[in-house]
Amino acid sequence: MARHKGRGMASINYPIGMNLGGDPSQALIHSNPDGKFTVALSAIDLGQGMKQVTRQVAAETLGVPIEDVYVDTADSDTGPHDMGSFASRGTHRMGNAVIAAAREARGVLLEAAAEELEVNAADLVTDGRGNIHVRGAPSRTITVRATAQAAQFKQGKTIAGRGIFLVPLSTVDAETGEMNPNTAFAHACLVADVEVDDETGEVTLLGITSAYELGRALNPKMVEQQLVGGAWMGQSHALFETPEPYYPNPDHGPRDFNEYLMPGPGDIAPYSVSVLERPAPDGPFGGKGPGEMCANPVLPAVANAVFNAVGVRVDELPITPEKVLRGIRAIGGAQPQARRGG
Amino acid sequence: MLDIRKDIFANERDDNLNVVGKGIQRQDMPGHVTGRSPFFDDHAFEGLLHLKVVRSPHHHARIRSIDVSAAERAPGVKRILRAADVPVNKNTLLSLINFGKDDEPSLALDKVHYKGEPVVAIIADSEAAAMAARRLVRIDYEALPHVFDVEEALKPGAPVVNETYPNNYFEYHDKFDHQKLRFGDTEKAFKSADIVIEERYQMSPIEHAPTETNGSIAAPEQDNRFVVHSCAQGLFFSLGTAAKILDIESNRLHFIGGTVGGGFGGKVDSLTEPLAILGAMLTGRPVRYVLDREEEMLYGSPRGAERIYVKDGVMRDGRIIARHIRSYFDAGAYTRLSSYAAVKCTAHVPGPYWIPNASSDIYVAYTNRCPSTAMRGFGITAVDFALEVQMDKLAHAVNMDPMEFRILNAYRDNDMKPHRRVAKNTALIECVQVAAEKARWPISDNAKRQSSLVGGGEGERGQIPATLIDQRGQIGRPETRNAPSTQTLPAGTTRIPLTKQPELEGSRDSRAAAPNVPRYEPARPMAQPAVQAPAPLAPMSPTAPPPQPVAAPPGAAPTPGATPQHGAMRFSSVFGTRRR
Repeated sequence: MARHKGRGMASINYPIGMNLGGDPSQALIHSNPDGKFTVALSAIDLGQGMKQVTRQVAAETLGVPIEDVYVDTADSDTGPHDMGSFASRGTHRMGNAVIAAAREARGVLLEAAAEELEVNAADLVTDGRGNIHVRGAPSRTITVRATAQAAQFKQGKTIAGRGIFLVPLSTVDAETGEMNPNTAFAHACLVADVEVDDETGEVTLLGITSAYELGRALNPKMVEQQLVGGAWMGQSHALFETPEPYYPNPDHGPRDFNEYLMPGPGDIAPYSVSVLERPAPDGPFGGKGPGEMCANPVLPAVANAVFNAVGVRVDELPITPEKVLRGIRAIGGAQPQARRGG
Repeated sequence: MLDIRKDIFANERDDNLNVVGKGIQRQDMPGHVTGRSPFFDDHAFEGLLHLKVVRSPHHHARIRSIDVSAAERAPGVKRILRAADVPVNKNTLLSLINFGKDDEPSLALDKVHYKGEPVVAIIADSEAAAMAARRLVRIDYEALPHVFDVEEALKPGAPVVNETYPNNYFEYHDKFDHQKLRFGDTEKAFKSADIVIEERYQMSPIEHAPTETNGSIAAPEQDNRFVVHSCAQGLFFSLGTAAKILDIESNRLHFIGGTVGGGFGGKVDSLTEPLAILGAMLTGRPVRYVLDREEEMLYGSPRGAERIYVKDGVMRDGRIIARHIRSYFDAGAYTRLSSYAAVKCTAHVPGPYWIPNASSDIYVAYTNRCPSTAMRGFGITAVDFALEVQMDKLAHAVNMDPMEFRILNAYRDNDMKPHRRVAKNTALIECVQVAAEKARWPISDNAKRQSSLVGGGEGERGQIPATLIDQRGQIGRPETRNAPSTQTLPAGTTRIPLTKQPELEGSRDSRAAAPNVPRYEPARPMAQPAVQAPAPLAPMSPTAPPPQPVAAPPGAAPTPGATPQHGAMRFSSVFGTRRR
């Protein structure tokens, strides 16, 4: 009886946003008289960071400091329509809507500043620290705050913007399946290292190594949070979870977290990830969306690693000790496969 | 733990940004880590009532009678809701985008279709009073035969799960019992393949297991409106669903949410909002309806099971020449969102690889279990599991390293995908190369030299092949499932116009476009790195042919800008299926 180490890998891509499109998002942005901006949305923050990613996108596009932007979501009386937080669509769809709204607000901001500085708005740039100045002439400058005050109390201008982003809806051909499913795709490759106990059938995940191509990591900390959390979910899908352990027999469903098995802190494996950035032509600053895809490659990579360790294919999830043991018995004992680096 | 490889695709990016790309702390983080962020259930109301539902103990049964007289007299009970109290007691979630027929009641009327289906709702002063009264409701059921297996459900003579779809499958295009994908001639290609491997995979159901269970609080306001504190993942989606079921104008509902304690797809279904609002309408008091943990686990709508058959034809040099997928989504008793996932899955076939012949038949089958719904990776997670385990088996069968096998078959820029659109902005090869390097998994120099930017779209890689189509699986005619192909579409045939490009609105009309907006488009033209064209990686070919530029034949690729579509298009025209 022994513990066998194994390695498996998987590579995937993932479509960003609702399949076929037709899923609009809207954003409204306005400034208060001190040049502080509010982004009004009805997008949902599930913990994935919707508020923060839209805040950064708004600040970048407006050209103002991040502290001068807050995101207000989600109230159906004040936030304009959004399809929702699902289908990895938040960053891509809402990010673009926020860019559109911020572009419009920035246009008014620069017009108001141009009137105060008596120059052409096209000659103005922002420094990202709350100032607007003439390109190449930093001394001819006005603060965003003074500009907003002038717009509000002197010029009678609203520094505000509207934005919508819509990938137009596609049809589907009944006989060929031809369609325009999506405009942006993210990519990943993931390696799982496992250890399989041929006496108990237990699979231990030792480590995960991956590469994700996400267009652009708009906030690398939040990307890391998504990818790590998603890998835990993938580990759980691969090795632990199901409410119907004898599917399609629906009996023996769990009623609480004592009966529904998921990995605990001691089961979590070290994870090392590299992010690649190939900007999506229509993504906000090239961004795609790591939200859903990051669980997906873990499932097959773990299954392939189990095969590499003991020569057993488990084609039905989750890969329980019972299935592994039955597989080992069926082939007359563990059959470790060729090692692959490491 | 995380590093960013800025060296790769560097010439496609403008990295001169101020705020984007920085790991700035989230504005809601202090509230989350100190436990002070308000969630839907953190709102106190005077005179709050609590709603609990009575659920079916049977998988499939006729309701002979319901007696709520004892429950009505129970202490603290304020109101009991029955099917007849729900203004529009039949809905399907995607009716908001005109896709599919209404098939699911809020409260069961004369039949229950799964164990746990809500039949009666009790509104009482406290949760304890509502739960106590729940035990006093007398329902007389006549148990009916049930079916749990997707393939059993599709056999003639199986118990009818969902009367709206009496053949136990979702109907596509008013024509077929499944969604098809056809590209090339897979059957012929299987015959010429060196090795054919067909395997069966099974994804089990999964519970979303959010920390915060599904729930909502609805309260009457003084202006003839209702405020609703909700954990919905789609605020307006849930608002629209509630307005339809309650038959009221959408502006009488004021939804507040936005901070959710775990979603993963399990908070799209509006499981609680319609009944909570109905309770508030009928009692004039605030009503709270929250699933307890057991309800969330058993009846909170899981990720659906999927059964997937993958058949591949592969050559000894590692090239996959044909792939066919037949899969079954287990929708449970009602459609919810499964119909959408099957189309998304169809678009995903055959995975991120270029395969000259690819086809699929994706079914959505009804069974007598809790309706399944969206979950992280909806339509993709299960088929990715099947495809990537299958890829491992194929690599093993042709004695190739799995990384090299992926790189050999990976799709590249300008390759034609089976849904007849050109691949762009691809990066699978680079991900495999970086993962291999990072994991110290040795791959050949030839594999390291490959690039997503080069070699795609050349020759047949960029073309739509002549394609066999068929009329298999006509609605209500199971005998047509094995019918022969009826027609060959000529190479280059497309039937669906490219939808117009997404547009950034907001800088048009009366207001001037903002100058000097930071650019986010690829800033510079791509330099062409010196990389070899895709060629079989193993056995190593001593003289790999240089890339041959091949002119695309007329009509091979859809032309950008051809026949742009204007105006609103509804999903009814996508699938030809109107609701009601």
